[in-house]
Order: sequence, then C-alpha cells, then structure tokens
Amino acid sequence: MSALTEAEATTGGGGPQPGRRRTRRWTGYLLLLPGALWLLLFFAVPTMQLVATSLYDPNGSLDTGYAMTWSWTNYLDAISTYREPFLRSFLYAGSATVLALLLGYPLAYAIAFKAGRWKNLMLVLVIAPFFTSFLVRTLAWKSILSDNGFVVDALQAVGLLGADGRLLATGVAVVTGLTYNFLPFMVLPLYASLEKIDPRLVEAGSDLYAGAVTSFRTITLPLSMPGVVAGTLLTFIPSAGDYINTRLLGTPQQYTIGNVIDNTFLVQLDFPIAAALSVSLMVAVVLLVLVYVRRAGTEKLV
Amino acid sequence: MQPGRELGADLVLRSVTKRFGSFTAVDDLDLVVGRGEFFALLGPSGCGKTTTLRMVAGLEEPTAGSIALGDRDITRLRPYKRPVNTVFQSYALFPHLDVLENVAFGLRRRKSPDVDRQVREMLELVQLVGFERRRPAQLSGGQQQRVALARALINRPQVLLLDEPLGALDLKLRRQMQIELKRIQTDIGITFVHVTHDQEEAMTMADTIAVMNGGLIEQLGAPDELYENPATTFVSNFLGQSNLLAGTVSGKSGGFLYVDAGGERLAVPEHRARVREGRVLVGVRPEKVFVAADDEEDDTVGNRLSGGVISDVSFSGVSTQYLVRMPSGQELVVFEQNTGARGLFAPGTRVRLHWAREHTFLLDGSQDVHAGDEAYVQLAATTTGGNTR
Repeated sequence: MSALTEAEATTGGGGPQPGRRRTRRWTGYLLLLPGALWLLLFFAVPTMQLVATSLYDPNGSLDTGYAMTWSWTNYLDAISTYREPFLRSFLYAGSATVLALLLGYPLAYAIAFKAGRWKNLMLVLVIAPFFTSFLVRTLAWKSILSDNGFVVDALQAVGLLGADGRLLATGVAVVTGLTYNFLPFMVLPLYASLEKIDPRLVEAGSDLYAGAVTSFRTITLPLSMPGVVAGTLLTFIPSAGDYINTRLLGTPQQYTIGNVIDNTFLVQLDFPIAAALSVSLMVAVVLLVLVYVRRAGTEKLV
Repeated sequence: MQPGRELGADLVLRSVTKRFGSFTAVDDLDLVVGRGEFFALLGPSGCGKTTTLRMVAGLEEPTAGSIALGDRDITRLRPYKRPVNTVFQSYALFPHLDVLENVAFGLRRRKSPDVDRQVREMLELVQLVGFERRRPAQLSGGQQQRVALARALINRPQVLLLDEPLGALDLKLRRQMQIELKRIQTDIGITFVHVTHDQEEAMTMADTIAVMNGGLIEQLGAPDELYENPATTFVSNFLGQSNLLAGTVSGKSGGFLYVDAGGERLAVPEHRARVREGRVLVGVRPEKVFVAADDEEDDTVGNRLSGGVISDVSFSGVSTQYLVRMPSGQELVVFEQNTGARGLFAPGTRVRLHWAREHTFLLDGSQDVHAGDEAYVQLAATTTGGNTR
C-alpha cells in the first residue's frame, strides 16, 4: 500500500506532493484525537482527581468541604482498617484465576485441536452467556448453590458436605461465581494462542523422542504462555475489584475491597479513605501484574 | 553413540498400503532401502511419497503391510520410540527455543550425557558455530535448514528422513545445500531417505531413486540407469525429457528390434526394449539426437528421421534447444551443445535427425505418451479441450 502510493507520488509529478505528504503525516494523529480526548476526559482527569481526593483532609465532609492537606496517613488508615477485605480480594481473585485456568485450558485446547467442525459452535457457546446480563447469571448461581438446591443435596449425599453444611453465603460460592463469570476471558485468549501453534511442531517433538506429556510440557505449554498470561490477567484484574459476586453470593463476612470501596464512597461518604483504597488497589494490581509478566517471561516469545 | 549399536540397518517396507477414506495414497508398496544408502523417493505432488515417509517416521499408521528396520518390526511403534528422525519440509523448528536447545532437544529427551559437546560437534558439522543463542526467527532459510538437519542428525538415527528439505530455498542455495547434504551423508554413513519432486535434485544426490506415481513405484534404480533406460513413459518424461514416437515392431535381427515409426525403420537394442512386439513407443533423449541440414551429405549410420522442419530455436548459451516438426505433425526436441562447430539453424530450415541405435529405448505403446510430462499436463489443463498435438 505504502509502496503503491509512493510510486504514485513519484510518477505523478512534483505539484501536489509536499502538501499531500504533510496531510498524511498528520492523519495518524488526527485519528488518535477522539480516543485521546476521551481518555483525557474520562481516565486521566478522574484518576488525578481520585489521587487528589485520597490526600484530602480526612476530617472534611460533603457539607464542610474538603481541604487539600496532603494527608498521606489516609493510606495507612485505609489499609490498616481494611486489611482483611484487601487480602480476601486477592485470595478470591487468585483462587478464581487458578480454577478458571484449570477449567479453561483443557477447554481451549479441545476447541483448538480436537473440535474439528464443531470448533465454531463451541466458540459461540463460550461467548453465549454474554447474551444475558452479568447480574442475572450471578443470581442464577444463587439458586444453583441454594441450601435446597441439587448441588448441596448431592454433596451432602456423598458426604463432602455436612448435614448442615452450605455453599451459599460462603467463600466457595463467591469463588465459584467469579470463576464462572470470568471463564470466557480465560478461554478466548488461551484458544487464540493455542490455535496459532503449528501442529507440525508437536509432530517434530514426537519425532525427537518426546511422548505426549513431554511434548505438552516442552512445546505446547511454552508456546501458549502468551495466552496463559493474557487469560490470567483478564480474569485476575477484574476479579480483584469485583463486588457483585460477594454481594449476591456471599455475606458481609465475604466482603472484599470492592464492597468496601463501594460502601465507603456511597454509604459512608468518606471520600478521602475511599479514594485511598481505590488507589491502593490499583497500585497493588499493577505491581502484581508487572512482577507476574516479568516472571512468566513472555517478552522472550517472538 | 552407545557401543554395539549398529549404525543403520536395512529399511524394509512390505506391501504397505495407506488409505485416507476412499483415497488410496500408497498402494501395496514394496521397498528395500539398504543401510548407508542415499535413497530418493521422487514423484509429483500427491504421488504418495510424503505419506510413505510419514509412515516410516511413525506419523501415519499404514492401513496394511509392515515396515521393518533390520529384523525389528516398527509398523506400530510410536514415533518417539523409533530410531528414525525427520527433517521436516517447513523445518518445524521450535520457535521458543534457541539453536542450541533446538539441536539438543532429542538428546535431552533421552537424557543423553555430554549434551553440550555433542551439540558443538554437530554445529561444527553444519557450520553453525556461533549461532547457539539465536532463535529460529533470527536465521536465514539456509541456516534454519541446517539447524533442522543438525536437530535430526544429532540423535544418530538409523534412518534419516528428509521431506523436501530444500524446497523452500532459492536455486543457488539449494545447489549448495545439495552438495553439503551429500557430503554429510558420505561422512557419517547414515541411511538417508529423501523425498523430493525435483528430479535434478534426486539425480545429483541419490544412490538409488524410486520414481513414484499414483501411490505406486514406477521404477527403481540408480539415477543413470533410470535416465538412460526408463521403464515407462512416466519415468521417461518425469526424469528429464524424452522424444517418444509411436510405431509397430516389424522385425528382429542381430540383437536389434526393428520398428516402423515416422515413416522410417528404427533399430532398438533388444536389451533396451520393454516390449518385443505390437504397438510400441520408440524413445530417445533430446541430447542424444543430432540435427543435420537436409541437403548435407548423408553418411550416418544409426537411426534417422528425415523431413523435419525447425519450428523453434531457443539458445541458452551452453546449448540450443530445437523443436523440429516432423511430417506427422509431432514436434521432437533436440539439445545441441554449443561446440562452436556450426552456426544455429534458422526456423524453417529443413533438417534430418539422427542418433546412435544404442541410445534408443522401447516402451509399451499402450501408455499415455504424456504421462509425467508436467509442462504438458499444465498446458492441457489450461487450454480447455484444446488438442496441442
């Protein structure tokens, strides 16, 4: 394309050339403009506002107004008060991510390599839940896991759950909900990276004395790491901030940092502490992701 | 290499058949590849040569028949348990591993000791020392090809399988790699089975060639034997070019068969005749044929065809290719070496063709004259319903 226009420009005579060059140079920036404006207005400015709010005088209120006092202690207060929901967020998100990976990898593998003509149908089925609302699907889990539901009955029958044991309103229910809700975000990137793997590489592995398990460990898994990293991030990050699953499937004992932020902002109206919690969550997630991506070593994959 | 483990053994295929659904890719194939041999499976695409190779590698399972290495039946052995390694058509190098780890892959799987030394020796053999830490994507096609070769060879397989390993390289590099492959094979003495559709490649490298067509072996033998004395029209057209004239056997004397063809009586040595009577095809290679102007004095012995007219001349420096239209309408090809003894004939010149009787071969006349002639087949496919004869 560029070669073509270049040739056009050189054969077309010198007249309109410089002007056209200049417009072309600005085209990229022009195309960026709407997106950049959007980000500036609805991401950069609010983020700065959030950080600023987190440093306001904690004794202010909506009525009296807030004063900027650079109160870094807000962070200490917030984290020490809400240490537990904070840790619980990462525990739940981590568990859900691991479960989604364990469920999603075999599924993505099957779709990529074994589904044959059912491949497209299976992909549609992975996405199909998105046709109903997130809330409806989470509420559905409420009835699935309810105390009189068949899941609890079955688990009690085989003795995995005590006679008065329950699933709803426990951490198990919350992690189940998170896993379910974010599974497609795990499966799709995994599928995309598995599907790109040349099956001849696995053949070459078996030609070079690698059995099925060794082939998977030394060829398929390393080559699918970009999908593993993308999938786990897409599952972990939103799970860590989620507060719907804890609210619908858990009790205040299961509340995570998402619920706390929601509550602090909208019920307690304690804006500085809520903002400090939000910023802390963001920073924590970014740090975790950076460490993870570095450890996973995906930058080595060409 | 462990002491006592023999380098190579005969590779024996017995009545091997492979069907994919209703399509028979390989049909009741019998083949023996001697140890230490450089063996080429030559044929057009879809002839079953790659399927045959994949069955030896264990990547396909034969529908019927058996494959053995020496005394050991390997027909149902999993690929990773066979003492056989493959250089794949697209190399199939592991993109996430560097050159060293690619080459070491097989050794590591077998927990071989002294991996580093073996890899270094192998990289010396394929002249890739200094590239250990590069990834396949950072190598040129020829370098990737050599990594693929090293990765397979380092395991000291009893048979090395090469699936069109030079197909992706440009002509010059291909020539160079042909010589290198041949040198390596001579050095280490491992049996090579080389699949290719390039007849020149097969002839330059292989000790023995099996020409495959439609899942069957048309002819097997040394390159010169196949070229000089083809058994079928397919072989005569696929390996080089041939002039084939339809005729009828009319007599026999003094070790020669006589055939009436093109209005002349042509002699064929009996030992070069695939049939002895009836409708036949008289064959001669273009470079064996001489052209002489019709008014030149005729003092030739041997086979002679007169009444031709030069219809096309293409000069390529080393040689000239003439197309000569015979009175029957058939066009014959002649390659004349550029010895400088005589100028070029102009198109339209009336000429006479002659060649030594010993260079003539005789094929069964019931075959398709154009079988294996890829240029003709392509032409026939593009000119719908056109008769190019």
